Amino acid sequence: MNLTRRRLLILLPAAAIAWKHILAGTPEAAPNYKMTEHWWGMLMDITKCIGCGNCVRGCQTENQVPDGYYRTWVERYHVEGWGSENPKVDSPDGGKHGFPAGNQIGGKNFFVPKLCNHCAESPCTQVCPVGATFISPDGVVLIDPTYCLGCRYCVQACPYGCRFIHPQKQTAEKCTLCYHRITKGLTTACCESCPTGARQLADLKNPQDPIHEFLRTHSIQVLKPYMATNSKVFYNGLDGSVR
Amino acid sequence: MANTPVKTFKDAGHLLRLATVFLVGIILFLVARALLVPRSFGQYGHYRGNAIAEIAAHPAVFAGHQTCETCHSDVLEVKQKGRHARVNCEACHGALAKHAEDPVSVKPEKLQAAVLCVRCHQANIAKPQQFPQVDAVEHSGGAACDLCHRPHSPAIDSGKSQ
Amino acid sequence: MPLVDGFMYPNEVELQWSVLIVLYPYLTGLVAGAFILASLERVFRVEAVKPTYRLALLTALAFLLVAPLPLQLHLGHPERSFEMYLTPHRSSAMAMFGFVYLWYLMAVLVVEIWLDYRRDIVLLSQSSHGWKRVIYRVLTLGSDNISERALEIDERVGWLVTVVGIPSAFLLHGYVGFIFGSVKANPWWSTPLMPVVFIFSAMVSGIAAVMLLYMFLNWLRRVPIDMRCVDTVARYLFYTFIIDFSLEMLDLIHRIYEADESFRSLDFMVHTRLFTSQVIIQILAGTVAPIGLLALTQVLKLPEAARKFIYSLAGLLTLIGIFAMRWNVVIGGQLFSKSFLGYTTYKMAFATREGLLVAIALSILPLIILGVLVKLLPPWPEKDAMLAPQPPL
Repeated sequence: MNLTRRRLLILLPAAAIAWKHILAGTPEAAPNYKMTEHWWGMLMDITKCIGCGNCVRGCQTENQVPDGYYRTWVERYHVEGWGSENPKVDSPDGGKHGFPAGNQIGGKNFFVPKLCNHCAESPCTQVCPVGATFISPDGVVLIDPTYCLGCRYCVQACPYGCRFIHPQKQTAEKCTLCYHRITKGLTTACCESCPTGARQLADLKNPQDPIHEFLRTHSIQVLKPYMATNSKVFYNGLDGSVR
Repeated sequence: MANTPVKTFKDAGHLLRLATVFLVGIILFLVARALLVPRSFGQYGHYRGNAIAEIAAHPAVFAGHQTCETCHSDVLEVKQKGRHARVNCEACHGALAKHAEDPVSVKPEKLQAAVLCVRCHQANIAKPQQFPQVDAVEHSGGAACDLCHRPHSPAIDSGKSQ
Repeated sequence: MPLVDGFMYPNEVELQWSVLIVLYPYLTGLVAGAFILASLERVFRVEAVKPTYRLALLTALAFLLVAPLPLQLHLGHPERSFEMYLTPHRSSAMAMFGFVYLWYLMAVLVVEIWLDYRRDIVLLSQSSHGWKRVIYRVLTLGSDNISERALEIDERVGWLVTVVGIPSAFLLHGYVGFIFGSVKANPWWSTPLMPVVFIFSAMVSGIAAVMLLYMFLNWLRRVPIDMRCVDTVARYLFYTFIIDFSLEMLDLIHRIYEADESFRSLDFMVHTRLFTSQVIIQILAGTVAPIGLLALTQVLKLPEAARKFIYSLAGLLTLIGIFAMRWNVVIGGQLFSKSFLGYTTYKMAFATREGLLVAIALSILPLIILGVLVKLLPPWPEKDAMLAPQPPL
């Protein structure tokens, strides 16, 4: 590393101040973040995912996710011939430590990262009896941990299996799209950790966001479209065998 | 005997008492409701409005590559020219917000190339074909990856390892 | 058997709803069924079942009081359960159910019991002593009026309450069916038939429960059983069971015929993990056998002792079968993966908050409460010499 002492002495305080400024932001309180100006989603590029598990580990680190539960996870698919109705799927510990080199030969193989789809018409918020889970004005489905009763109805209602009950807190939990980061101009922990750019945070209300062009020029799918949940996680290169 | 309205009313007195009990119950419920429902409930929708700010106030654990780059611009310069240009710092170095907050006392861990590089680059049939992947054992016979490759710019002919 | 067979989404491996959530629809089902039986006499004037009328109401109350307990014990934060009444989410069937329950308990069941028993309560408040007297005095709400006209008014209002009570009972248990039936994410649950199947199986279990309780309690009191009553109740049980069985078979046949995406996975589950509870216990022992036994009593002229035995056996099998049905819906719906590629196992604990021991205790508790209610508000007109003969109805 080539940092001279002098340079370091100048940069350090500047960096610390910059960081504190980023950390201090809260929605509405921060002058530069207005909830109504954003509509968050994510782009998943299957053609780029290498199943390294960085996202799963990164999410666990950022959000203190308990072992054995997953706010995001990666699945590996193996499809033989035209058998798209019989894929072989595995997800060892959610893909947290990557995948062992399998003994599959041939067929079609790929990774599918998954997380909460932050559905615009989510069945989970529909069934919550008290209003502990909701979609924020900027499109992120969140859970209020001080209000949740732990009835588990939302966990049953999610078609994608992205929710769980925190073993200690006994309330529902799931991916928050790193709400505490995206409202400060940072990206999610999983996108930050992804080495290939397979995961990209997207702000659908931002006309400059690359997602608009991407959606226009690629074949895009969402998971389980027949559930009509208006999912906001868009998959490029998603195979028909994906459940 | 004739059932005059007065007589009927008198004989339905117990029903009135029952109705009163119910009414008292409903009033108590409404009072409890006014007292117990959180103030910010309903602010943006059917949920506690303050929850949004509370969730957003969580501390970040990953600093984000923009923050790393404010100090480590020299590394950025090297990285930008190589194949790892789009690999963020913390993808390999781990979450370092604490280091960004206090760069002097909190130092990032020394990385083990053998474990780290292999995680992405070990050959696996499910990885995209065009992604650079090798069988680590066959490729280097057990030698550490950073003997020949500089992690910040991994192409071999770009100078000796740092 | 390994915990997971095949592939499940990582968060799906652990079951969310335990045996307590199996018990809960079972208990509310008994409530609804018992009430429908009571309404047979009150509204539809099936005079033969009158001896079971008051018992059916007390049974409904006993089970309804216990019904929220499995829910409370299952919640992650039971201390927050009142939030369902403070800020009910109107789109949530579970939230709306809180009010349906409250309505049914207070505006239907309690009112109906009070109106029917009022005369006895007033008389008992005058004739009893000690703390019992205090209880009765409170129950009179301070009114001693049991004149003929007052009782006539009670009769009219009570009739009205029962009329309102019938759709309320359907709503009570139909809602529970809807809580499951409206979950589009789960193909084992998601069907418009679910509330209907729940209602009819509730009626079956409720009628069977009251029939068994009536026979048992009379045997305990060494009082002859009114066979005309029990024959009629058994006949209604038989009819209701036919409808219930037809509905369940309709669901099954429809699934097999359409064979949609979920079918292969569900079919495999029924043949393996759910085989004993679904095919053996629910269908064969719990439905076909009791229907067959009851059919015998309808077709053949059997002596009283034989009929009593068959009714008891059929009633018991019915109660077990309907419990199995709830088990198969709740637990069965969580054993398979929503990816349709795998299965998990339900590990029922024994002595934990949501374990078998608690489930057994909660099943016995309503019977204890019923015992107290029967002592407090005797459903037997001929027992207490203090009560004057009832006015003709």
